[in-house]
Amino acid sequence: MHQFAIEPLFGTDHLAIGGYNIAFTNSALWMVATVVVLWIFMLGGMKRELVPGRWQAAVETMTGFISNLLTANVGPEGKRYVPYVFSLFMFILLANLLGLLPLGLVGLHPFTFTSHFTATGVLAIMSFAIVLIVGFYKHKLHFFSLFVPHGTPVPMIPFIFLIELVSFMVRPFSLGLRLFVAMTAGHVLLKVLAGFVINSTNAGAGFGLTVGLSSFALMIGISALEMLVAVIQAYVFALLTSLYINDAVNLH
Amino acid sequence: MDAEAAKLIGAGLAAIGAGMAALGVGNVFGSFLESALRNPSAADGQQGRLFIGFAAAELLGLLAFVVSMILIFVA
Repeated sequence: MHQFAIEPLFGTDHLAIGGYNIAFTNSALWMVATVVVLWIFMLGGMKRELVPGRWQAAVETMTGFISNLLTANVGPEGKRYVPYVFSLFMFILLANLLGLLPLGLVGLHPFTFTSHFTATGVLAIMSFAIVLIVGFYKHKLHFFSLFVPHGTPVPMIPFIFLIELVSFMVRPFSLGLRLFVAMTAGHVLLKVLAGFVINSTNAGAGFGLTVGLSSFALMIGISALEMLVAVIQAYVFALLTSLYINDAVNLH
Repeated sequence: MDAEAAKLIGAGLAAIGAGMAALGVGNVFGSFLESALRNPSAADGQQGRLFIGFAAAELLGLLAFVVSMILIFVA
């Protein structure tokens, strides 16, 4: 589908380093747009006034939310990971929401880069790398006790170890896949419904008034649902990252 | 059976998984509400667990979606 197509922009098609194409694509453009929006959002709110204004209150609500999330899930040591999890949460949230903007009306086609597994996969690998680095740095080889829950009978240890290892290793995949599929599925659903509206209207006024109008009403509802999904998926990504960090920091 | 037809039937069967995930997600939120209304003061502390359960149930439905997409467009 056209909305998921990645195209090089500004004539950078053949820009390459060491044989790898590094063209500036529409995906990269929307990542930059997301970072700029996030930057403006933070810049407007980091005034450190004693009585916060509206904007500062909005920023403090978001930082407070993530800080509470980490304190609740990781404990007092969680404060260290607030910058990472906050950036991750805001980046995904803004990317999801910017991708839903109806900018197509003015001829500018939004691109949701979180609907590509390459983008979400890298975010998931970053979270997973932090878990591995923190885990092995803090607990050295004792980190492997994460795979043997407390009180496992001795004959069961090899099996439990194997199962826990597999469930640990699929974490980056499930983390990246969840966000990517949720965003892709939502956009495909909206596209299918929009196709119903256009095709039924072209087929005649009778079809347009029955099928087209009801599909359009459904589209409005699904759009609201998609905004909810955009927020929930960003929250779930941050929540699961904090849970995985908890595993690395506190073991079991 | 024609390979193309078998692929599409397989994709349709994979869509059952999406419906099953709907049951799962509904069960997560339904059970949460049921117990939250019994003890509203304890509900706020369990919201993290609610979303962990939601994420786990939803992932399997999304996997069903991926399977059907792969069957239609990739395989």
